[in-house]
Amino acid sequence: MRIALVGVFAAALIGVAAAQTSKEPIKLGAIEVLTGPNNRYGIPAQRAFDLAVEEINKAGGVLGGRPLALAYEDSAGNKDQAMNAARKLIGRDKVTMILGPTLSNEMFAVGPVVNDRKIPIIGTSTTATGITAIGPWVFRTAMPESDVIPVTLKTARDRLGIKKVVVMYANDDAFTKSAYDVMKDSLAKLGVETLTTETFSGKDTDFTAQLTKAKNLNPDAIVVSGHVDAASGIILQGRQLGIPKNVRFIGGNGFNSPKLAEIAGEAADGTLVGSPWFVAKKDEVNQKFVKAYKEKYGDDPDQFAAQAYDTMYIVAKAINAAGGTDPEKLREALQGTKSYGVMGPFSFTEGRDPADASGVVVLEMNGGKFRIFGETS
Amino acid sequence: MLQQQLVNGFVLGATYALFALGFTMMFGVLGVINLTYGVYFALGAFAALWAAKAIGLSVWLALPFGAIFAGCIAIVIDTLLLTRLRRAKAPELSSLMVTIGATLFLYTGLSVVYGTEIRRFPLDFAPSAAFEIVGVRVVATQALIVVAALLMAAGLIWIVRGTKIGLAVRAVAENPDAAALMGVNGGLVTHLVSFMSGALGGAAGVLIGLNFNAIQPFMGENMMLRGFAVIIIGGLGDLRGALIAGFLLGIIEVLTAGYFASAAKDLIAFALLVLTLWVRPVGLFGRAAAKRA
Repeated sequence: MRIALVGVFAAALIGVAAAQTSKEPIKLGAIEVLTGPNNRYGIPAQRAFDLAVEEINKAGGVLGGRPLALAYEDSAGNKDQAMNAARKLIGRDKVTMILGPTLSNEMFAVGPVVNDRKIPIIGTSTTATGITAIGPWVFRTAMPESDVIPVTLKTARDRLGIKKVVVMYANDDAFTKSAYDVMKDSLAKLGVETLTTETFSGKDTDFTAQLTKAKNLNPDAIVVSGHVDAASGIILQGRQLGIPKNVRFIGGNGFNSPKLAEIAGEAADGTLVGSPWFVAKKDEVNQKFVKAYKEKYGDDPDQFAAQAYDTMYIVAKAINAAGGTDPEKLREALQGTKSYGVMGPFSFTEGRDPADASGVVVLEMNGGKFRIFGETS
Repeated sequence: MLQQQLVNGFVLGATYALFALGFTMMFGVLGVINLTYGVYFALGAFAALWAAKAIGLSVWLALPFGAIFAGCIAIVIDTLLLTRLRRAKAPELSSLMVTIGATLFLYTGLSVVYGTEIRRFPLDFAPSAAFEIVGVRVVATQALIVVAALLMAAGLIWIVRGTKIGLAVRAVAENPDAAALMGVNGGLVTHLVSFMSGALGGAAGVLIGLNFNAIQPFMGENMMLRGFAVIIIGGLGDLRGALIAGFLLGIIEVLTAGYFASAAKDLIAFALLVLTLWVRPVGLFGRAAAKRA
């Protein structure tokens, strides 16, 4: 009798618990730079997360009807503050998963902490090398530059028949040097001959000596790794020296800035640069995202928004695949998640980095604005 | 290719010479190490940029505007920071320290106001046509820089050597106390030289900003190291020396990058600097030409 009673009571309790969990939101945490100068990266991510959560919840949430609930913490671009934010999200808010932080150096501080607590963490904008080497719980959806450059160079070779190039890079900066290493590597793999490699300093303003030498070697293109200041100077002076328009400048991520056209003017026309995403990409998923984002916030989304938006859908898919919020299962589910988002097809490598670079778009400067290379606008 | 590289080197050298003229004058006459010179360079460029964008001045008016603005700032800074030190006959190290502080303050101030990204003059601000003469391409702004460097050096040498003001300047440079006893108004001469060197720096900033299209708060800082090398190679205070050393450095740098290795380009200025101090510490033309100028 007593046992039966306990049994009934227990059954009732379980019933209540089950009823509760079926509606209970899945708690997620995001650490973004929401204040300070770097919030130009964090705010678009926040907006895109909100948009994606809203869409997912409207469509019935995850795990058969549970909504996603996303809690934000502001890191202000400070890695100590980011670390405290992570501790708070895990300890007090008991989140299932953490998205962010915004900056690579914040991730280097936060990643190890979250990894120790065995909670999955996904960087959506952290492109530095070594991020995912922090530990098996650290993922990223941001495409590192080393995946973008080879696509740019291959496209240029295939479409323009480029056989021999001159390479120029800023040799006093870790970012431009590592991009140069990727360029060198992929040029060799593509069988494109490098006529000469010229260096400059990131602070230089005069590039005429290197460019005169380059012009004399008659390259099919000039491949440059540098920040936008130097890049604009190089393009402008190259055209002034009479390097013909059919010799394209091909750049790394430093070129991917509206500043390029502002400084170099029409000399910048024809410049090629790769990007993980582009606002005017014509596929349906992207068009829908851009339209929804613009309706909600009034602005066009940027690359950081696109990465965050896709990440939220990847997370939702992984939660469904894991069938719950068990961290270990969730981690395995993430590893196996395949999706198609605004950046193109997505899956993780064994090392928890983006595996697929087929979504990379090659952009061409035209009349002061970028457009997709090969499309006429 | 050699002709083109020589032209490149000549233009680059002209920018160095242009920068160094005011710098060497400040050193030679005022006898202080004033590191704020790089700021005048940036201020001149920013003032001209403002004048071009906000008032719509043409290059021929924006250039003197930038120069005069930088010259006035130079007088203010010299009066505020260095007059007291000069009066107290403070050691050279104090002027160095005080101007390092002022330089950092002014650079940071500029970057707070304008941000550190690069800017350029409006696209149609100056003639930008390129000429091709026997396979060598020259842009109008490049020709402008070379002509300006030569004209300014000639004008400056004429003022210092051929006018009464120049005589007073030289007297103060030689011995301020003796000059004062002879009735030269030392304070006025100091102001004048501050203004002239600041204005030269400002004009250099406008012209070089025009040529390279890279105006940013720290543009002067990047030129300072080259500037130091040029004025030491040319001899402290020697205007003609600065002009020739500037051209020399530009040409050697370009030839090094063009025919040897671009990575070695930045080495030249300092190799020449060390070499000069070794074999000819007084500079290219010997004697403390500063005072002779």
